[in-house]
Amino acid sequence: MSRTHVTTTVNGDTVEFLCDPEETLLDALRDHLGLTGSKEGCASGDCGACTVKLDGRLVCSCLVLAAESVDRKVETIEGMADGDDLHPLQQKFLEMGALQCGICTPGFLVAAKDLLERNPEPSETQVRYCLAGNLCRCTGYDKIIRAVMETAEDMRGA
Amino acid sequence: MKYEAPDTVEAAVGLLSSAQGTARVLAGGTDLLVQSRAGMVEPDLVVDIKRIAGMDAITEEDGGFRIGAAVSGAQLGEHDGVKAAWPGVVEGVELIGSTQVQGRATMIGNLCNGSPAADSVPAMIAAGATVHVVGPDGSRDVAVEEVVTGPGKLSLSKGELIASVFLPKPEAHSSDAYLRFIPRTEMDIAVVGAGVALTLDDSGTVSAARVALGAVAPTALLVDACAQAIVGTTLDDAALENLAAAASAACNPIDDKRGTIKYRTKVAGVLARRAAVIAKARAGETS
Repeated sequence: MSRTHVTTTVNGDTVEFLCDPEETLLDALRDHLGLTGSKEGCASGDCGACTVKLDGRLVCSCLVLAAESVDRKVETIEGMADGDDLHPLQQKFLEMGALQCGICTPGFLVAAKDLLERNPEPSETQVRYCLAGNLCRCTGYDKIIRAVMETAEDMRGA
Repeated sequence: MKYEAPDTVEAAVGLLSSAQGTARVLAGGTDLLVQSRAGMVEPDLVVDIKRIAGMDAITEEDGGFRIGAAVSGAQLGEHDGVKAAWPGVVEGVELIGSTQVQGRATMIGNLCNGSPAADSVPAMIAAGATVHVVGPDGSRDVAVEEVVTGPGKLSLSKGELIASVFLPKPEAHSSDAYLRFIPRTEMDIAVVGAGVALTLDDSGTVSAARVALGAVAPTALLVDACAQAIVGTTLDDAALENLAAAASAACNPIDDKRGTIKYRTKVAGVLARRAAVIAKARAGETS
């Protein structure tokens, strides 16, 4: 079995790793690059805990082979804050307690950031539909949705 | 498992033709990776077609659109031209999975997965779409309804892959619609799906129609009797009743946890008539 040598961009940095053909991008991020913010929940694309952006598209990194990521642009939760300055969504999730156990939080944040970049003024229905691919087993949806709505409002005013 | 990412169609066909054991084409991977993780398929070779030039392109051709095998649902949904020409096809594709799944899933992958419940397939059949098959003995164009022969089974030969799907130029005063029933608001597998494409003449009478049903038989069905029930009518109540009866009569579903035979048979008629009404309203708005 031959390993694939992958050179790609993660959060703006060029990275290299060797991977087996069966390994997913999620495996590579966590096990080869030490980026453990993306979580494995279901490993079947249902829960969204492993959400990252790949070439500008929101994807489940558990449904991407690591070998596919050669020369791509990967954005993970680790790239969301600017140094010590949290992204407004991260700050709002903290302030509003929009998390319980926290396992789903990185996926929600990456997905919500993408949503607000595409649609700065989403309706609540749009937020709920756009985040339908992110599951919270603690069922803390209400605070999550409200945090996204409030962040959108703050960012529009800023 | 071996992973290959060739940069030409010819190389991909060569790899698939000479493969020992189980070979699979990888586009969006939203079915393949789940199935291989679950042990439902154990590929010896995976051929990623996303490095092949043009696979991710939507191009105008003869007034219609050719959509490459690696075009994601998200990309399709952002294409104003396809949305205007075939809104039913786009709504069928956009029903597949979450935002994250839309970022990867492709309509040709949805077709080649071979599920009778695939949401994009009835809409593609109703639209009269064809796929471009490339293989070791050359290429051919195949009607979408002839690709899947049974659950998970395709009419493709060893070494063949589907490079693109072609949505023809719609006639004047034409449109389409796709509806599916699921027990919740989204992210579920169709209990029944119905796609309708129709053309109106100057008096508002249906002059041509294609009706396709999903999840009510081993493959998606193109139902001629449904088309006959509405061609020559203005979709009055009697025509819609006949359409629904023809749709229900065509059903050969299974009983499973998602729906009973009786329920699926009934709902197929309901969805066919509702989709026809939407398609007619849309066709009336086109020039």
